[in-house]
Amino acid sequence: MASLKPVPKLREFDLAAEPLRGLNRYLHQDAVADGISEIRIRNPDGAHSIAVGLNAPLDVHVHGHVGYYVAGMNCHANVTVHGNAGPGAAENMMSGRVHVKGFASTAAGASAHGGLLVIDGDASLRCGISLKGADIVVGGSVGSFSAFMAQAGRLVICGDAEDALGDSLYEAVIYVRGRVRSLGADARFEPMTDTDRAAVRGLLAAAGRDEDAGAFKRVASARSLYHWHADANQEY
Amino acid sequence: MCGIVGLLVKKPALRERLGALMVPMLTGMTERGPDSAGLAVYTQPVSAHQHKISLYSGEHAADWPALLEHAAREFSGEHAIAAHGNQAVLTTAADADRVVSWLKHAAPTVAVLSVGQSIDLYKDVGAPADIARRYDFAALKGTHLVGHTRMATESAVTPAHAHPFTAGRDFCLVHNGSLSNPHLVRKRLEPLGIRFETDNDTEAACRFFEWRLREGDDLREAVTRGFAELDGFFTFLMGTGSEMLIVRDAFACKPAVVAESDDYVAIASEFRSLAHLPDISHATLFEPKPEEIYSWQV
Repeated sequence: MASLKPVPKLREFDLAAEPLRGLNRYLHQDAVADGISEIRIRNPDGAHSIAVGLNAPLDVHVHGHVGYYVAGMNCHANVTVHGNAGPGAAENMMSGRVHVKGFASTAAGASAHGGLLVIDGDASLRCGISLKGADIVVGGSVGSFSAFMAQAGRLVICGDAEDALGDSLYEAVIYVRGRVRSLGADARFEPMTDTDRAAVRGLLAAAGRDEDAGAFKRVASARSLYHWHADANQEY
Repeated sequence: MCGIVGLLVKKPALRERLGALMVPMLTGMTERGPDSAGLAVYTQPVSAHQHKISLYSGEHAADWPALLEHAAREFSGEHAIAAHGNQAVLTTAADADRVVSWLKHAAPTVAVLSVGQSIDLYKDVGAPADIARRYDFAALKGTHLVGHTRMATESAVTPAHAHPFTAGRDFCLVHNGSLSNPHLVRKRLEPLGIRFETDNDTEAACRFFEWRLREGDDLREAVTRGFAELDGFFTFLMGTGSEMLIVRDAFACKPAVVAESDDYVAIASEFRSLAHLPDISHATLFEPKPEEIYSWQV
């Protein structure tokens, strides 16, 4: 017996005419109750906190540029920004997928625990700072201090990295294709294994990209900061 | 937190609309800076022998026509005054330094906000939208503008602590951030005869750059020297009679977005202040990189 496939129901929001708080309340409550699966948002015009705290498998498309914290704390939802994102995009994401088609400002994916953040353009400084398990794929380059103190998860950089990449890394792993201006304290290049190449291939595919996984270098923690050394003379 | 905004129009026809284009930019930064606001507008320069002096009387009622008459008696040459309530722009053919020191005695309740040949300066405490209405910012005309909305973090909320800060001629600076060594900078500048009007950290940066300009640096050289001398967080936006310049600190702690098109260069702390500019969807958008200097000539 053929199953009846539900027709996706669409709802549009125009932030030039409707308040942001109403949109977020709708995404948190009514969208799920109404069985709406796709939401399109027009005229975001740089507003903060669009689609934060989602907790349902919604498909959200934001058409324009957004301000701080878009899709912060995301759980289950698939949020696409057809534009640029301000600071803290997908910060503290738990699961789901956030895709920024333009560039992302500082601290994209900060503290994210799970899910996938894709940035097609460049990411500014501190991308993936304190990453706690999410995956991030950046199509362009990242600014200084990216993956600073990242604890778990993976950061794939298709372009270049500025200064202090992976400073004070824990167990997160960075794959970078381009030039690295400098590594941070305790970060080091390590040989790529087949497992690494397969991981990069999988992440690039998930991000809809076709770079050659063989062209990436692995950066991980040397773990020399894990334990106190009395003779290190504080020269880290 | 503070908001910065800047606008430089490339097409002469847009000079008529400079203020109207800027007002939504300034008010868009109200949440970042609700306690004070100000802006410097660069107009067509006065003739070579003249100067413009922006004046502010605060809560004191000023009799601007009487001040003009008094100035005309004191100094030879043409004088004019354009008043907007407690703000006025005095145009003088006399030596500007002499007029400024005369004002200290002749009008002790009047503060000098700026001196130059193209700069007019407005700043006050209150909500940005109220200040924009108070001084009719929408009617301002000129080549470029540098504006600020303030949320005070390190010194008092007074008109004198509001931005832009000025020093010398036709130079102004606005700042989002905080400096950690303004007192050291000040200690270094005061023995050179440089006088400060407030205890504000931004004033130290403003007087440092203006000192370097007088010592022969161009603005880029002065800013580059500032990387070594000024410690702290900053996005600085500066104006001179012919230039607008933005620079962020090495950690890019404070935000900035630039939109550039054939018609204009617009700068704001956040995109939401640029969203309503004409044809913004065709402008090139980017964030200034840390310690990289971006400037545009009129």
